[in-house]
Amino acid sequence: MNKILIENLSLQYSDGTESLRGVSMGIRQNAVTVLFGPAGGGKSTLLRCLNRLNDLTEIKASAGRILIDEENILDAKTDVIALRRKVGMVFARPVPLPMSIRENVIYGLELAGEKRKSKLDEAVERSLKLSAIWDEVKDRLNDPAIALSGGQQQRVCLARVIALQPEIILLDEPTSGLDPISTGKVEAALLELKKEYTIILVPHSVQQAARTADYAAFFLQGELIEYDDGKKLFTTPKQKKTEDYIMGRFG
Amino acid sequence: MTKFLSRNRHTVQRIGFSLITLMAVLTVLPIVGTIIYILVQGGSAISWGFLSGFPHDGMRAGGILPAIIGTLYLTIGTAIFSVPLGIAAAVYLSEYAKDTQWTRLIRLAIINLAGIPSVVYGLFGLGLFVLFLQFGTSILAASLTLSIMTLPVIISTAEESLRAVPQAFRTVSISLGATRWQTIRKIVLKEALPGILTGVILGLERAAGETAPILFTGAAFFLPRLPQSPFDATMALPYHLFVISTQVPEMPIQIQYGTALVLLVFVLTMNLIATVIRSRARARRQW
Repeated sequence: MNKILIENLSLQYSDGTESLRGVSMGIRQNAVTVLFGPAGGGKSTLLRCLNRLNDLTEIKASAGRILIDEENILDAKTDVIALRRKVGMVFARPVPLPMSIRENVIYGLELAGEKRKSKLDEAVERSLKLSAIWDEVKDRLNDPAIALSGGQQQRVCLARVIALQPEIILLDEPTSGLDPISTGKVEAALLELKKEYTIILVPHSVQQAARTADYAAFFLQGELIEYDDGKKLFTTPKQKKTEDYIMGRFG
Repeated sequence: MTKFLSRNRHTVQRIGFSLITLMAVLTVLPIVGTIIYILVQGGSAISWGFLSGFPHDGMRAGGILPAIIGTLYLTIGTAIFSVPLGIAAAVYLSEYAKDTQWTRLIRLAIINLAGIPSVVYGLFGLGLFVLFLQFGTSILAASLTLSIMTLPVIISTAEESLRAVPQAFRTVSISLGATRWQTIRKIVLKEALPGILTGVILGLERAAGETAPILFTGAAFFLPRLPQSPFDATMALPYHLFVISTQVPEMPIQIQYGTALVLLVFVLTMNLIATVIRSRARARRQW
């Protein structure tokens, strides 16, 4: 079932950089959809459209629709705060907010008005467990999050998103700065998470794309070149450009 | 030949470093010299009676309590007006305003405001607050005048501290469903606070030590009692110092230096507080 339907989405930034050109695709519920391709292809731009984070950036022109649960979220009437609670995002560089681990995890929940300590405690434990970091931090939840290693920080950032119980999780090269072991942990967490959430991942390598993708979309210079079942796309790509990229003929 | 050259180079380097060190030491001398000199000259004047008494015998004897209290009032009054206004302006410039002709004009105005001689502020305060708004020569008029003078310092340091907070914090906070205002309140202002406080204290410290802006707007030569309301004039340390140094014949020198010492301690204490806040915040900062 399609959770998200992107229809003919085009976007151009004010400085003329990275843009999207007529992208249309459906994104499945409870699956990992991978958006990959060389830098500047529009993957991050697409992610930032899905939670309207692009509102913070100056945009020259945009067109098209994004339907989430059949509602066009690009509509001016969209409640962007509610949207961002429903569509969480993990960034390339882990950005722990300048507070404790626990405060980081409940930051969004508190903003949403949750005050009950029992609920907050529950959310902390649940989301840290889902992010495969609970055992490492359960005894020091009140330590500053910055004191953790990069890999741990990134999983706390993931937990911070999960705590809001979103429906969709966007991950923009979440493991680009991490060592292989931390990367493995994050990927394992994603496998668990897709049972409950719709996950859209911009991987940091083709290998990671192939490892994690249920569905994969190849982007080149703002255009969606090929979109298919992950296994098919990485073994028998239909487009020459996709094949060249997967084979490492250009990057 | 090469050996000679390399030795020569070492000598040049040593001379260079010595010169630079000398210059560095020279910059410290005036402040240390001033403090020591005033301490030596005025130290003997300091007593409980000096700090808590009124001046008498044409100010040639007695204490300086009304001047101390007056400077305290003026500093607080200045803070009341300049701190909220300055921080709000800085938040607007750093967090909300886009880079347009309009904001560039505001910034230009702030920079120029900082360059105006303080006596001009005094004259402006006289015209606007004392005469036009009819606040009279009063703590209110003097505080407002000092506030205008202090604003540029507060705005520019506050804006700088706000901008120093990493952009990623804002993006992350927004992505977690925070509004812009929540992000500013919970993250940005909190992180920038030590820097803002430092700027506030440095600005107020300058206001506390100024004579010219209060000369026409709120300072009194001598008052037999403490000010009762913001509409009263007040004595103040810097103006009192000016008065007893130039307007009163046969003034005992200890009282002059004693007054200078009190003013110096007042200002340096504020400076010290600012330094402590800054270094503590730096040690605790998580970015």
